[in-house]
Amino acid sequence: MAAEIYFNVAVSGVLTGLVYGLMAVGLSVIFGVVRVVNFAHGEMMTIAMYLAIVLFSGLGLDPLVMVVPLAGVLLALGYAMQAGIINPFITRPEYSQFILLVAVAIIITNVLLIVFGPDARNVQTSYSFDSFLVGPLIIDATKVYAGAATVVITAALFGFFRFVPLGKAIRACADNYTGALVVGLDVKRLYALTFGLGAACVGAAGAMLVLLVDVTPALGPALTLLAFIIVITGGLGSMPGALLGGVLIGLTEAMAGLFFTPSAKSMFSFGLLVLVLLFRPQGILGKRLS
Amino acid sequence: MIARLFEGVPRRGVALLAALLIVLLAAPWMANDYLLTVLIIILYSAYTGQAWNVMMGFAGQLSLGHAIYVGLGGYAAAALYVHFGLGPWIGLAAAIAIAVACGAVIGFLAFRFGVGGVYFAILTIAFAEFARIGFDHFGWVGGSSGFFLPVANYTRNDLWNLRGNPTMFYYVMLALTIAAFGLCHVLLRSRVGYYWQAIREDEVAARSLGINTFRYKMYAVVISAGMTAVAGVFFAFYYNNLFPEQVFHISRSIELILGPIIGGIGTLFGPLIGAFLLTGLSESMQEILTALGLDVPGAKQVFYGLCLLVVVMALPEGVWPWLAGKLGVTVRRS
Repeated sequence: MAAEIYFNVAVSGVLTGLVYGLMAVGLSVIFGVVRVVNFAHGEMMTIAMYLAIVLFSGLGLDPLVMVVPLAGVLLALGYAMQAGIINPFITRPEYSQFILLVAVAIIITNVLLIVFGPDARNVQTSYSFDSFLVGPLIIDATKVYAGAATVVITAALFGFFRFVPLGKAIRACADNYTGALVVGLDVKRLYALTFGLGAACVGAAGAMLVLLVDVTPALGPALTLLAFIIVITGGLGSMPGALLGGVLIGLTEAMAGLFFTPSAKSMFSFGLLVLVLLFRPQGILGKRLS
Repeated sequence: MIARLFEGVPRRGVALLAALLIVLLAAPWMANDYLLTVLIIILYSAYTGQAWNVMMGFAGQLSLGHAIYVGLGGYAAAALYVHFGLGPWIGLAAAIAIAVACGAVIGFLAFRFGVGGVYFAILTIAFAEFARIGFDHFGWVGGSSGFFLPVANYTRNDLWNLRGNPTMFYYVMLALTIAAFGLCHVLLRSRVGYYWQAIREDEVAARSLGINTFRYKMYAVVISAGMTAVAGVFFAFYYNNLFPEQVFHISRSIELILGPIIGGIGTLFGPLIGAFLLTGLSESMQEILTALGLDVPGAKQVFYGLCLLVVVMALPEGVWPWLAGKLGVTVRRS
């Protein structure tokens, strides 16, 4: 094998990893503020992916154009979920939240199964087979667009939390729940908004992922697990960490698929997760939890 | 010993327990083959739920990857049977040893490095998934195409080789469930049990009182793993086939823990009640949907999910603490 193939696979892994990273950013935002682990994260992603497919096959709308609208739809869904069913659970023990979200995940997966059936679906756009030639490298155009969009969206979200008053208010809830209540913040509403923002990341990432992988209802749980691996590797609650984790996992899986067998590639991600948990439990960019 | 088992249990509770036991013992004479199969599934999930409850309900360590111990136990016993002709009772010892070793490794790594809470839960998922993919590529036990035990015609029940009709399997599972129930009852009232509950309620406080929290958390993981591996051996010999995608899958781990959580976490009756409710719900839903002509794939799971949602929202402590109040049997959340 020529040396280029390694670089080609590596670049492809990094770009795909960025999209997975965006999904993980959503999980990280939710956990960082609401302190609830969203066990229905991947399942929400499959909702976005099926919506993108329906919009493409029905109305001919390009998934890349639908990134922002789908983020909006998922934001509404996430807001409704947090305001409707999760808010009463924020003070309950972890296992109770776990069952709640597992129940939501079971419902989503099986409603999708009833509506769309078990067959794999994907989207073929006019640029599906385009690629850029950068020196000796051949880079898939779709992945470049998706990777770039991910970076822009994450930067926008980062800016929102850093500079916009509403974003600052959300961070205040994350830092000190009681303090936020004392200064008169409507914490429940801000939690709902946070869950919505986390879901919006999933909506955007899902719209891009339909261009890269086939979707089945059973993909949901696999994506949830992948999101967990990424955020824990990068640091639960850290946005740049989630993106970095996504890139690392994307790279690891691409390389493992090249050197070993593609079916064993997730084993290397889990191996990486175990190593990170043992030697840096807070994740690569995470802050030490008290 | 027997008297000690009932120490502190209200008389009404003993009477109800005796009635339940008689019904369960007599069930094979009253139930048809289908019902007996359902009862075996119920007892199986009650047993595994009880085993998981030792770790989470008693000691407060959330494991979301308990399928790993079922799988390791099942594969260990099945491999000894198929490759070396060693019976399930020898296999049982190997299964327990392997699961205990695996539990000890996970526990040691997690507790030594201070991995707790959500992180510990995800570490357990990671190990189970690791095992799933590993066994998919483990050719000696069939890899992803599955591992099968030879199935012969059952002319007679052979308890030594665990070959026989459903009634035999039913009684084996009933005996295991009763044994697990008794063991948990004794454990809860032992010194170890009180240490576990102290750790569950407040680990820092427990440590400052001089409890070696590392050691007792390890005990919880190891006992729970060993108990779960026994269920794995039963699974292998009852179903006669093992697929990594089935036994190690995260949905198995989730199924395993739904019972005790719905029934009432940390209680002795929780896993049993939860198993009855969830299996009964799942089976009756199948009947109802078939009768209504709505038997599309996924419909059953949607209703199952909805019921789960309603129970967890309405009864946060689980069904048993609520039911115990109704029955007038005092329950201590222990």
